Amino acid sequence: MLLEGKDLSFRYHHGPWLFREIDVAIRSGEVVGLLGQNGCGKTTLGRILAGYDNPIKGKVLMNGLPLPRHGYCPVQMIFQHPERAVNPRWRLSKTITEGWVPDNDLLEKFNVRKEWLDRWPNELSGGELQRICIVRALGPQTRFLIADEITAMLDAITQARIFHSLLQIVRERNLGMLVISHDRHLIKRICDRIIFWENLVH
Amino acid sequence: MAILEVENLSVSFLRYTGMFKQQTIRVIEDLHLSINKGEMMAVVGASGSGKSLLAHAILGILPENAQMSGMIRYCGETLDPVKQAALRGREIAFVPQSVNSLDPLMRVGAQVRMTAKGKDPIAKQREVFQRYRLPENVERMYPFQLSGGMARKVLLATATVSDAQVIVADEPTSGMHADDVKEALQQLKKLTNQGCAVLLITHDVEAALETAHRVAVFFAGTIVEIAPSADFSGDGERLRHPYSRALWSALPQNKFMPISGVQPHPNEVREGCLFAEHCPLTTIDCKNKRPEMRELREGMVRCHHAT
Amino acid sequence: MMERKIKRFTKWKFPIYLNRRQRALLSVFFAVCLLVAVGIGGTLLESRAISTSLTERNVPPSFEHPFGTDWLGRDMFARTISGLVLSIQVGLIGAASSVLIALSLGLAAATWGRTADRIISWLIDLFLSLPHLVTMILIAFVSGGGMKGVVLGVALTHWTSLARVIRAEVLQLKSAEFVQVSRRLGKSRWWVASRHIFPHLIPQLLVGLLLLFPHAILHEASITFLGLGLSPHQPAIGIILSESMRYLSTGMWWLTVLPGLALLTVVRAFDRIGDHLHLMLDPHRSQE
Repeated sequence: MLLEGKDLSFRYHHGPWLFREIDVAIRSGEVVGLLGQNGCGKTTLGRILAGYDNPIKGKVLMNGLPLPRHGYCPVQMIFQHPERAVNPRWRLSKTITEGWVPDNDLLEKFNVRKEWLDRWPNELSGGELQRICIVRALGPQTRFLIADEITAMLDAITQARIFHSLLQIVRERNLGMLVISHDRHLIKRICDRIIFWENLVH
Repeated sequence: MAILEVENLSVSFLRYTGMFKQQTIRVIEDLHLSINKGEMMAVVGASGSGKSLLAHAILGILPENAQMSGMIRYCGETLDPVKQAALRGREIAFVPQSVNSLDPLMRVGAQVRMTAKGKDPIAKQREVFQRYRLPENVERMYPFQLSGGMARKVLLATATVSDAQVIVADEPTSGMHADDVKEALQQLKKLTNQGCAVLLITHDVEAALETAHRVAVFFAGTIVEIAPSADFSGDGERLRHPYSRALWSALPQNKFMPISGVQPHPNEVREGCLFAEHCPLTTIDCKNKRPEMRELREGMVRCHHAT
Repeated sequence: MMERKIKRFTKWKFPIYLNRRQRALLSVFFAVCLLVAVGIGGTLLESRAISTSLTERNVPPSFEHPFGTDWLGRDMFARTISGLVLSIQVGLIGAASSVLIALSLGLAAATWGRTADRIISWLIDLFLSLPHLVTMILIAFVSGGGMKGVVLGVALTHWTSLARVIRAEVLQLKSAEFVQVSRRLGKSRWWVASRHIFPHLIPQLLVGLLLLFPHAILHEASITFLGLGLSPHQPAIGIILSESMRYLSTGMWWLTVLPGLALLTVVRAFDRIGDHLHLMLDPHRSQE
């Protein structure tokens, strides 16, 4: 399977163009890194590839077809700030089952403890919340993952743990993953192929 | 000579669990720290672990529902809330984590000038902005017009123009470009050469190691090791505490190997060492008795077995 | 050695320490008891409120008549209580209608596109710029007075601030990450609106209702006082106060002061409930 962005261009209102006519492609089973500085537009590109925003020009296709507008999207995005990605008024048991019902195996793989699910988001740490967000995004219909600086706010040990489990699942299910980060060492460690933002936009 | 000393610091919160019951949660427990004049000390550890609260406790700006006990000494003098208020912003400066700390109704140039003491605040402010590579027109802008990185530089500038003897910086470089991070930390280092002491709180270990003289490792509400930054190299053999070694080897440029288990929750009360669950060297002693901070080689460590 | 303890509430020498939320609950409980008592009292005392007794006219407050009697020998206490019940009913209907208008317009402004938003915002500004007392009296007058006039008057003038709050909340929620994630996980617009957005609005609506409610009662009293509201055979507090004003100069102070105080107490009770609820639901102050 192939996720491609063709001729993508985007800018906010009448501001400067964040990027113009760029092409991106990710294959199933591939872990691609997108390396660039903070605030340059990588997140926006990620959001467009996951269907959260529409490009001003160009299109996003999965296997030649546009992304579905309704229903479960096969391209799932994981955000940098997990506390914003969960409803603060919902218990986590409700949050984690919003898209699908995860099995115990997966919960164990990501070290998600059962007692956390009874709690409210403000009672858990960033690392714990992020793992719940990841499990939520790994439904059976997911084919591609866009990980946008998912460990930028977490410490090194939590980061290593999360990526170990994530890479394992990605290999098992033959998913395609785009890892967006500014951390050169991290990208070099886990990615099969690296896209440099400066090369992409010029 | 130690300019700032923290002893037995404990901070706890009164939180509502459920609708109507309150519970005390200990976030910082029995923390020891001391910084010398002209030294930059980094405090590293998991985010959300309470490092920011350490900064707030030193400055005396803990939230209403926080309880604190312990001793903080500045230049040998024990601090109390009144003295803290007097020193705040004058001799002990703070660079907060949140960019929202800037006054939204005042131009940033004016805000930075407010903290600059001495004869010529405008010149000082302009010079600092130049050093941080901020364009000239930025001084006339309001905070909402700045990008995240620029706002952080302005926050740093407010602390660097003041003649503070101690600067406490809470995650001052998160979200900044890599070059700017280097530049900002170099600026702070320059201040230490002039005798200022800097306490840098960050979860970016790499950046901290390049400029800090010593590193304090924060785990489960307390500091488990204080080591010279040179000890963070190779396989981490020179490090004293197992958690520090685990943190070092988990970095992607090193082994990228995590340890099992998770950080204990503040709600869980435990006897003995809080790292015992995940530690490869645990013995029965560790489970029963909490280790005290002791000196080891050129640093300090809280472990029964460290050598 | 520095020690900082949390300031605990020690106004009364209470044997058990209650935290802020528990105190709020106690406060709410007393307020509710008071209102229930008023409600029950109203039903029981209905007959006494209208029965006249020419032998007991103009009696000052006594054991038999705690609020005294008026110029027709009617027991003022009974009259006050039934009057309160009526005022509360009117106030509740008025406040609830206002909240419904605010909810609809606020939601519409946030979800029906830019033109709708502009029109509704303009409408909000228009109503905010008019002095609401005058507008309310006008509306009551134009709709022929009575219960209908009062309710319409209150409802059509008090929706503005709440509508603004609702609009702002919904706009903010629409761009919240967890709402956008929900759509990508396959949830329909309706599902997102009812499970994510609406529950976030409920606290605001509740607080809005509880704070508007005393306002509405007082307005009903003033409209009726001016002769535009309820008719004399529906003895709400407004009528009672209006009629009793004539007798102030003759020294029969209990005819106005005591019903007035009763009204104030009820209004304060609702205000307290609203305040406490607001404090508990505001995320910045909820940990006090």
